Amino acid sequence: MTLRRPPTKAQLRRKQVEELVLYPVDWLEERSGLVGGVKYFLFRNVPADINWMQTLGSAALTAFLVQAITGVILAMYYVPSATTDPATGKPVAWESIVNITDNLFMGWLVRGMHKWGASVFIILMFLHMGRVFLFGAYKYPRELNWIIGVLILVMGMMEGFTGYLLPWDQTAYWASVVGINLNGTAPFLGPWLAQFLRSGQEITGETLTRFYALHMLAIPGAIMALIGLHLYLVIRLGVTSPPWSKEAAGGDEEEPLNGRVGLTQPVARGAGGRD
Amino acid sequence: MEPEHQSPDEPHLPAPTLWPIGFAIGIVVALVGLIISPTLVTPIGGVIAIVFGFLWAREATAELRGEPTHVEPERREVVAEPAAVTLEPVGVTRSRFLEGATLGLGGVIGGLITVPVAGFALLPGFLDQPNTNVDLGPIESFPVGEWLIATFVVDPKQGEVSRRTAFIRQNEPVDVGGKPEPSFTIISNHCVHLGCPVQANGPTSKYIGKEVIHEHTANGPVRLEPVIPAGYGCPCHGGQYDPEGNRTAGPPVRALDRYDFRIDKGHLILLGTYSVSHVEGTGGTALIHRYKMAGPGEHIDGIEQLLYPIQPPHH
Repeated sequence: MTLRRPPTKAQLRRKQVEELVLYPVDWLEERSGLVGGVKYFLFRNVPADINWMQTLGSAALTAFLVQAITGVILAMYYVPSATTDPATGKPVAWESIVNITDNLFMGWLVRGMHKWGASVFIILMFLHMGRVFLFGAYKYPRELNWIIGVLILVMGMMEGFTGYLLPWDQTAYWASVVGINLNGTAPFLGPWLAQFLRSGQEITGETLTRFYALHMLAIPGAIMALIGLHLYLVIRLGVTSPPWSKEAAGGDEEEPLNGRVGLTQPVARGAGGRD
Repeated sequence: MEPEHQSPDEPHLPAPTLWPIGFAIGIVVALVGLIISPTLVTPIGGVIAIVFGFLWAREATAELRGEPTHVEPERREVVAEPAAVTLEPVGVTRSRFLEGATLGLGGVIGGLITVPVAGFALLPGFLDQPNTNVDLGPIESFPVGEWLIATFVVDPKQGEVSRRTAFIRQNEPVDVGGKPEPSFTIISNHCVHLGCPVQANGPTSKYIGKEVIHEHTANGPVRLEPVIPAGYGCPCHGGQYDPEGNRTAGPPVRALDRYDFRIDKGHLILLGTYSVSHVEGTGGTALIHRYKMAGPGEHIDGIEQLLYPIQPPHH
C-alpha cells in the first residue's frame, strides 16, 4: 500500500507550464489537424537498416531552400536592367551585382552562397539520383517518383541556365548566346524556342528581364510544386531498404506497423501479390 | 455473378464523333497560315475550323435539342426474366446541368484569362521585329580591296548590347547595266556554329601601320580597324573560315552570314543579314549561294535543311 503524497509546488508549476505550452498546440491541432500532419510527415517508420546515403534527398532539398532564401534576398538588391548608367557607362544590372558583392554588408556572402549553392544543388541531385539508382529505389511502385525527380533535375538545370545571364557580364552574355543557339539547333521547333528565349532575334535587355522572371518566379514555382509531389510519394510509398537488407522487401506478413496500410507500406497489387 | 456489371438497361453512348478532328485540322491550317500566308491560308483554315466546329456543336447538342441520337445497334443474350422498368430522366437533370454550367463557365473564364496572357508571353518576340539600318559613314573610308573590322551599334536606344562587328571590304566597282556600281563584301562576325564572335586571323592596324578610323554617324560612333585577314577563327570551338567566309575547318555548318547593303547619299548603309551556304570566287563578281537568314548551327542546304522547315519571322 502506497500513500500518495500531495504534489509539491515544483510539480504543480511544471504541470502549469506544460499546459501553457500545450494550449496553443492543441488549439492549432483541434482547428487544423496540422500538428498531427507534421508528426505523421516527420515520424514515419523506416527500415531498421537505413543508410546515410538516404539522406542525400534531404540534403538536396536543403540546398534548394538555401537557393530560395538567398535568391529572395538577392532580388531585393539586384536590378535586372540592361540600360547603361549614364554616370559610369556601365550596364545597371552589372553595377547592381558589383554593389551587392563589394558594398552591401555581407552581400559577398549571400551572393557567394547563391552562386556556389547552385552547383551544390545540382551535384546533390545527381548524387541522390545515383543513390536511388544503385539501391533500386526507382522500381515498382516508385517509378513515378523517379520521373518527377528527373523533372526536378531538368528544372534545376534551367535555373542554372537562366541564372547565368543575370550578372550581365561578358561570360554571362556569351554563355547565353551559345546556350540559346544550342537550343536553336534542335530540329523543327528549335529556332522558335531560341527566339522565344531571346524574345527576338538578338539578345537584348528584354532577354535579361525574361530570364530574370523565369529564374525567380516561373521555374522555382514549378520546382516547389514538383518537390511537393515528390515528398508526397515518398511518404505514401515509404523508404526503401538498402539492397543488402535482410528484411523482406515490400512489407512482411505482420500487421502494418502504424496501422496505415498503403501509406508507409504499399498494398501488393492483386490478390496473390506480384511475384 | 458480378454485381458491378453494367445494367443491361443503361442507354448506350452514341458513337464517338469525328468532327473535332476536322476542327483541329482547321486550327492547324490557320496557325500554319499565320506563318506562310496570313491572307490566303489562314482564312481557309478558319473556315474549316468554323464549319467543323459548327457540326461538332450541332452533334454535341443534339440530345439537348431533342434530335434523335444515332445509337449503335446492340446484341445481347435474351434475359429470361423481364427487365425492370426504370424511370428514364427526361432531358438533362438539374444537377447535370449545373455541373456542366460550372465547368463550362470555368473553362470560358480560364480561357479568357489564359489566351491573351499566353499570347503576350509568346508573341512579342516574333511580331514586328525591328529592322534597323546602320549608317557606317562615307564609302570613301573604305579603301578598295582592303579589309576593315567595323564595330558599330545597331540600335542606339538598346546601347552596348546591340554592338555588332562586321568584316568589310570594298570591291572593284561592278558593271550594272553599263555603269559601274560600288560593291562591298560585308561578313558578319557571328560564328555559324553557335554564335560566338569570330576573329580575323591576321595583323591589325598596329602591325600594318595603318590608322584606325573613327567616325560618328546617325548610329553613334563607328570604329573601322584595318586588317589583313588570312581567314577568320572562332575562339569558342575552333571553327575556321577563309576570307570570303567559307568554312574551312571545325564545327560550323555553312559559310559566315553576310549583310545586305545600299549606298545612300554616299554613305554605306547596312540592311539585314542573310545566310550563305558557300561562296565561289571573290570580290564583286563572286557567286554567293544565298539563303534566308537562319540561326547559328542550322543547316540551310543539303538533306539536313529538312530539320528546319519553318523559320520564325525575321526582319
